[in-house]
Amino acid sequence: MSAVMNRNTQPSKYGATRGAIQIKNVDKIYDPEGAAVKAVDNCTLDIPAGEICMVVGPSGCGKTTLLNAIAGFHSITSGEITLDGELLCGPGKPQAEPGSDRVVVFQNGALFPWKTNLENVAFGPIVQGKMSKKEAYEKARSLMADAGLGRSERNYPGEISSGVRRRVEIVRALMNDPAVLLLDEPYRALDSLTKSVMHESLLETYYKNKVTIFFITHDLEEAIFLGHRVVIMTSRPCRPKKILEVDIPHPRDYNALTSTRFRELMDETMDAVHEEAVKAFEAGEKEG
Amino acid sequence: MSAQVMTHQMPGPGRLRKMMTNQRFYRAITGILVFIILWEVGARSEQWAGFAFPWIGLVPPPTAVLGAWSTVFVESSYWMSWLQSFGRVLAGFTAAVLLGVPLGLAMAVSRTFNGLAFPTFEVLRPIPPLAWVPAAIIFWPTQEMAIAFVTFLGAFYTIVINVVGGAKSIDIRYFQAAQSMGSNGADIFRRIILPGVMPSIFLGAAVGMGITWEVVVAAEMISGGGSQIGGTAGGGLGFFIWNSYLGGSYELIVVGMISIGIAGYLCSSTIRKTGTWATPWKRLR
Repeated sequence: MSAVMNRNTQPSKYGATRGAIQIKNVDKIYDPEGAAVKAVDNCTLDIPAGEICMVVGPSGCGKTTLLNAIAGFHSITSGEITLDGELLCGPGKPQAEPGSDRVVVFQNGALFPWKTNLENVAFGPIVQGKMSKKEAYEKARSLMADAGLGRSERNYPGEISSGVRRRVEIVRALMNDPAVLLLDEPYRALDSLTKSVMHESLLETYYKNKVTIFFITHDLEEAIFLGHRVVIMTSRPCRPKKILEVDIPHPRDYNALTSTRFRELMDETMDAVHEEAVKAFEAGEKEG
Repeated sequence: MSAQVMTHQMPGPGRLRKMMTNQRFYRAITGILVFIILWEVGARSEQWAGFAFPWIGLVPPPTAVLGAWSTVFVESSYWMSWLQSFGRVLAGFTAAVLLGVPLGLAMAVSRTFNGLAFPTFEVLRPIPPLAWVPAAIIFWPTQEMAIAFVTFLGAFYTIVINVVGGAKSIDIRYFQAAQSMGSNGADIFRRIILPGVMPSIFLGAAVGMGITWEVVVAAEMISGGGSQIGGTAGGGLGFFIWNSYLGGSYELIVVGMISIGIAGYLCSSTIRKTGTWATPWKRLR
């Protein structure tokens, strides 16, 4: 516990005091009916607190498996994952407990359709018993207003556009004051114009709350635009193939997309990503 | 432009005005009118064309049905039949909801309970409610209870199946999101499963209500005899039809049929309205 406290007093290079994830030699073997399929192979990755870590890989490469292991939805076969020095899963504890320190934003969104957007945002602290309903609604209102979502408070998620839904979901996640945001291709279904608006709004949110962001995508442009680092994964089984330091300074806006440095970084990594995409295609991996 | 302004200034409450300017409303009216006219012409074919059209030529015409209706309309016994059928439907249906929803939820939530209850349930389910009539008459002390029991069966299975199916089809992401935000089992049941199955409960209830009416009418025809319309035992709209058949009044048979149509419509639209009220997120705004 004291080790954890020491960590907390020392902000990381991104100015965050918590949310450091260490993934050490993680394997994941899916074994339905004895047909062992290796999804993650000896994966090691060190993510400092407050980093935007973008994970890129072909569809179905096993990156979501890694995210699910951190979130506590799936078990791992071997290796260990720690958050701020505390074991999430590892030897003797194959599956982490899901918890509000690591909130997930899902691929197709998981706002509860039966709750209004405001009720969705207020959900976490209410079920955790951390706030009274009144306090939670007050905080939710102010967070939504900050994010420019005040007008959608009373609407149900089914009544707003998918772009706005994603933003509400990120606010809902932040409402829990998490150390880590786990984003699983959250903008996959959006058109490219909406996507660029989403990217700027995510960065804006990040500059206000320095949380660690573990962001899965298969869009290289998205990855370089948002990330401090871009981890390119091999096609199944999944393992870091190349790690790119994005040296474009934050804060960034959409102008970064047309900068020379951005193009250079794209060129530098495109080959690696393409190679894996071809491998995945030839292996006939299904979408997902 | 001025014509548009005129329609907007039409008098009357908003909903009525909306209905009067709604194309679908006129289509529905036209459809019903055409149906009644064809029926009248077909039913009077022997009188008017000299030969009876097959099938429809033997049915009493709508004007005659209306005449018969106006005579029973003022009789308390006719309304007594309504009351009796409604009472049975409501008793059976309410029992089906009160028992079916918790049973369905238990089967959806607990694998152990599902393993214990499902096989028995699946063997009993295909037995048509009407096949229970003789047994029900034997093991329930009164005929009234037997009819209500058979009515209950009609709605019960449908409600249970819908609740189980509804709970199983809740997207796993909602559970994961709730867990990820720190929900415990009770929270997940109350805040995810209950609202998640709500639409299925109402769907099951609406379908179940339809079956309830089918069953109650048949049960009344089978077991409702022994007294005249309006008697304390038996009776109901099903018996009203049966009695009219025995009495040779074809007009009253049709009156009974239409009455059941209206009664069933009233019940299912009540459920639909309640469902819309209880699941506001399903409303398109």
